Amino acid sequence: MTDTTTDAIRLHKQLDRIWRTPSGLGRLSAVNHSIIGRRFIITAFVFFGIGGILAMLIRAQLATPRSAFLGPDVYNQVFTMHGTVMMFLFAIPLFEGLAMYLLPKMLGARDMAFPRLSAYGYWCYLFGGSILIVGLVLGLAPDSGWFMYTPLSSRTYTPGINADIWLIGITFVEISALSAAIETIVTIFKLRAPGMSLDKMPLFAWYLLVTAFMMLFGFPPLIVGSILLEIERAFDLPFFDPTRGGDPLLWQHLFWLFGHPEVYIIFLPAAGVVSTVLPVLARRDIIGYLWIVVSIVALAFLSFGLWVHHMFTVGIPHLALAFFSAASTAVAFPTAVQFFAWIGTLAAGRPQLKLPMMFLLGFFFVFAMGGLTGVMLAIVPFNWQVHDTHFVVAHLHYVLVGGFIFPMLAAAYYWLPHFTGRAPRISLGVTAFWLIFIGFNVTFLIMHATGLMGMPRRIYTYDASSGWEWLNFISSMGSFLMAIGFALFTVDVVMQVTMGKRASRNPWGAKTLEWATAMPPPTYNFASLPTVTSRTPLADTRSMPSDLASGHGYLGFVRDDRLETLGVEITSGRLEQVVRLPNSTFIPLYTALVTGVFFVALLLKFYLVAAAAFVATVIMLLTWTRDWGDLADRGVIAAGLGEKAPPHTETSAAPSNWAMTLALFADATAYSSLAFGMLFLWVVAPNWPPPTLIEPSLPASLLIVIGLSAAWVGASRSVAPAVLSDARQRELWPMVAAAGHLASLAGFFMLMTAMPDPSRHAYLAATFVLLAYVALHAGLGVVFAGFGIVRSRGGYVSAARALDLRIGAQWHRYTAAIGLIALLLVHGLPWVMGS
Amino acid sequence: MREQARWFARPTIACGVAALLTGCSAPLSTLDTAGPAAASIASLWWVMLIGASLIFIIVMALLALVFIRPGFGRRAPASWWLVGGGLAFPAAVLTPLLIYALWSGERLYPIGDPAVAQVDVVARQWEWSFTYNDAAGAPVRSVNTLHIQVGQPVRLNITSADVIHAFWVPRLAGKIDAIPGHINALQIKADAPGIYRGVCAEFCGSAHLEMQFAVEAHTADEFKAVLGSLPLAATGGNAPGVRP
Repeated sequence: MTDTTTDAIRLHKQLDRIWRTPSGLGRLSAVNHSIIGRRFIITAFVFFGIGGILAMLIRAQLATPRSAFLGPDVYNQVFTMHGTVMMFLFAIPLFEGLAMYLLPKMLGARDMAFPRLSAYGYWCYLFGGSILIVGLVLGLAPDSGWFMYTPLSSRTYTPGINADIWLIGITFVEISALSAAIETIVTIFKLRAPGMSLDKMPLFAWYLLVTAFMMLFGFPPLIVGSILLEIERAFDLPFFDPTRGGDPLLWQHLFWLFGHPEVYIIFLPAAGVVSTVLPVLARRDIIGYLWIVVSIVALAFLSFGLWVHHMFTVGIPHLALAFFSAASTAVAFPTAVQFFAWIGTLAAGRPQLKLPMMFLLGFFFVFAMGGLTGVMLAIVPFNWQVHDTHFVVAHLHYVLVGGFIFPMLAAAYYWLPHFTGRAPRISLGVTAFWLIFIGFNVTFLIMHATGLMGMPRRIYTYDASSGWEWLNFISSMGSFLMAIGFALFTVDVVMQVTMGKRASRNPWGAKTLEWATAMPPPTYNFASLPTVTSRTPLADTRSMPSDLASGHGYLGFVRDDRLETLGVEITSGRLEQVVRLPNSTFIPLYTALVTGVFFVALLLKFYLVAAAAFVATVIMLLTWTRDWGDLADRGVIAAGLGEKAPPHTETSAAPSNWAMTLALFADATAYSSLAFGMLFLWVVAPNWPPPTLIEPSLPASLLIVIGLSAAWVGASRSVAPAVLSDARQRELWPMVAAAGHLASLAGFFMLMTAMPDPSRHAYLAATFVLLAYVALHAGLGVVFAGFGIVRSRGGYVSAARALDLRIGAQWHRYTAAIGLIALLLVHGLPWVMGS
Repeated sequence: MREQARWFARPTIACGVAALLTGCSAPLSTLDTAGPAAASIASLWWVMLIGASLIFIIVMALLALVFIRPGFGRRAPASWWLVGGGLAFPAAVLTPLLIYALWSGERLYPIGDPAVAQVDVVARQWEWSFTYNDAAGAPVRSVNTLHIQVGQPVRLNITSADVIHAFWVPRLAGKIDAIPGHINALQIKADAPGIYRGVCAEFCGSAHLEMQFAVEAHTADEFKAVLGSLPLAATGGNAPGVRP
């Protein structure tokens, strides 16, 4: 026993020395997932406070008719910012933080796959969010609604900087959403404890995996839309202006193509919390594991097929209405499967009415009602009446507060002992629950009636004769009650964090791996990594926490002062590689600062500064991996428990290779959105066909086709085994790829300069942006090829250690593909459309 | 069938329920209906409200039972919950609802009947203008007041001259967006003479709230007189270069 304890302490000291984050200002260099996850959660909660205060302002203004408290101009900023803050700066970052904190511990890993990317994402979120809040404080906040419908948000009708603050600030924040999506997928795919096959993963990981994929495909359309709108505002290229062949409906499609999945992106992680916490408190494993997995995947697919239900009043052809109406009601199936799996689990178990369970019951009550009004809204004729009324305001709050905030409050009370190692002395939680629950229902239940009585959304006041006076007054009173509840919750959490008594390990009797760590968890999570043989690893081996702490698992040692964790084969969970992770560094912070300069310069229209900052950001990103890696092959190395595996740098399934593949998925989604936009305008927008078409140019086309073909061939050859083992050839083929990119760049440049002024018509503008998009990719292709050569010269590349070239090759091939498609679109579309 | 739908929509019954909250005679109430489109949607609402309430009560009762009688469902196989609750239950509820909704929605679409009177509606920040043809076929215009004849359906061809607005007269029909570059059609009919208030329902800038209008339903004779008194429109109808 004493031997085990001394082993554990010795191992802890060795591991903690290399995993720890420096104190003082050195904290800013943190990349550890526990720390970054906590920062995400706390920052999101601060933004929740800001969004909540804005909500209170709204309810104060609407409490009485003809109130003189806020004028329309301030009110418009307040409701726009309330929606924007709650969606982009609270909900998404909150679950990102929770996922970042929990996932590695639940999966049996020591950190997320890309710790520096976690930190970079956090800084982008903080800085981007700050841009919006600074705008609010200066009275320059966006005021066109969180949905930013054009043409209201176009320069003609919103000439100030307000809309730019939204577009640029939110796009900045989206960097963190996309990087979190990629990192989450790779972590869940690769960084699991050996033996944890996909069907043994905790449900929470399944939920987050599906959520991350939805983010990967959901955010690019919004980012493309925002960039197009900013280009229209700043450079007058028409995409949404109907007088020049644009169409305001294009914005709505791009926005809701993101905006609808967004609702499920917020709901799914919360449902993951329910599926994790509920069985523990019901003392019964969840029923229907596979049913739940299938239903969340189905939900994800469905959610991309029903964005049009936000647009039932824009004049959609009527067969399409019927289709989207049916698809919207179909969402009820996967939701009902989960709902009844939860109720069935409770019914089969011995549920305990502890505090997290109370919040889960609140979730059931509120979310069920939101789901039912959701089905009503999917019914087209009814939608025509209540769309854009307070009925919808009530519905969406039932869905989002019910489907997100109640589960998150349950999560807070459930995992707080894990975060802090403390249990509450006296809890205000029950009082907070009742205040929030009653306050919420008083505010929003009655608001359904307000909407049916005809009160539209987004009006800053109403007349005393409207018949809405009492309804609004009661809603406002309820909202203040709810606010007091949230204040009480905050006090309660602060009390528990600062004054709580030491919590016992695994206080709820849970069976997932995060409770196998010490509480609060050490910097490295597990002194050695577990072996998993079932969905309930902690129940199988009661002694697991102490076994792992004393080093009786995988990687129970420190090697060459390196931070190591294990990588597995995706489906089987078989041990595949030893993944090396980076430690604390300021580079993510500096890179985010430079990225911030880029966005602020765009905002202030200092385009030369912005261009310089963009180049600087690319260079800084390259420095992340410039000197990272091994100068010699290491072959298979010990992984503990007598097993061996190669280091991740010597496999082709390394996390970073996956990250590039996923990034290209997101990129392809953005590119498709752009192409969809062009086709959509051609078919639907007014003032088409365009006055002039672009003449095909043979030299330009030849340059592009030959250049991109060379890039493709260079890329493919550069990773051939024979080439990789020959230092000279290893430099030759990336050079061929780079030369190919340069030739295609020349071709794209010829096309773009020969074009008529793109501000004349949406056709020209869309073509110009499409060409610029692929040209940018070709430019970055040159950078990737050059980086591969630099790494090869530095000695970091061999036949085994070929990650840099493999990642580059993916980029080159992808660029070649989208470049050729662009050429086809630019010259083929006019021909196909018969102009 | 139609009689039954009317029964639900009859304001007295509807108000009987809504009066518990406030009474539904508000000037913009979707439940105090005055035209066939609004009436049909209001009956849809009451049907859905009753159905949703029943479902909600059943689900909450199940949850309550779990805590009042712990272990009551221990012997129920998982598939009862998953197949019964997750698949059969929503299918049984949604299929009839969708059929009913499609059937009632189908009758609300403006049909291309050339005999129906047409009015061109143009929204702009922050007013509504309506262009009709008077008895002689010349275009006449009114601003912020739409005149219609009681009992006669009117097809509105709606567009916008600047940003997106939405045309909404809750007591007569659902809303439809006014989008620059597009023309959207909406058919309305008033059952009784009177003034029905309308608002812009899509946020359209700082004076969004002030963008209100009225629909005045007149008897046949009155309507003729009112139309005759309106000023001639400078240009006829909707701007060119739009796609329907």
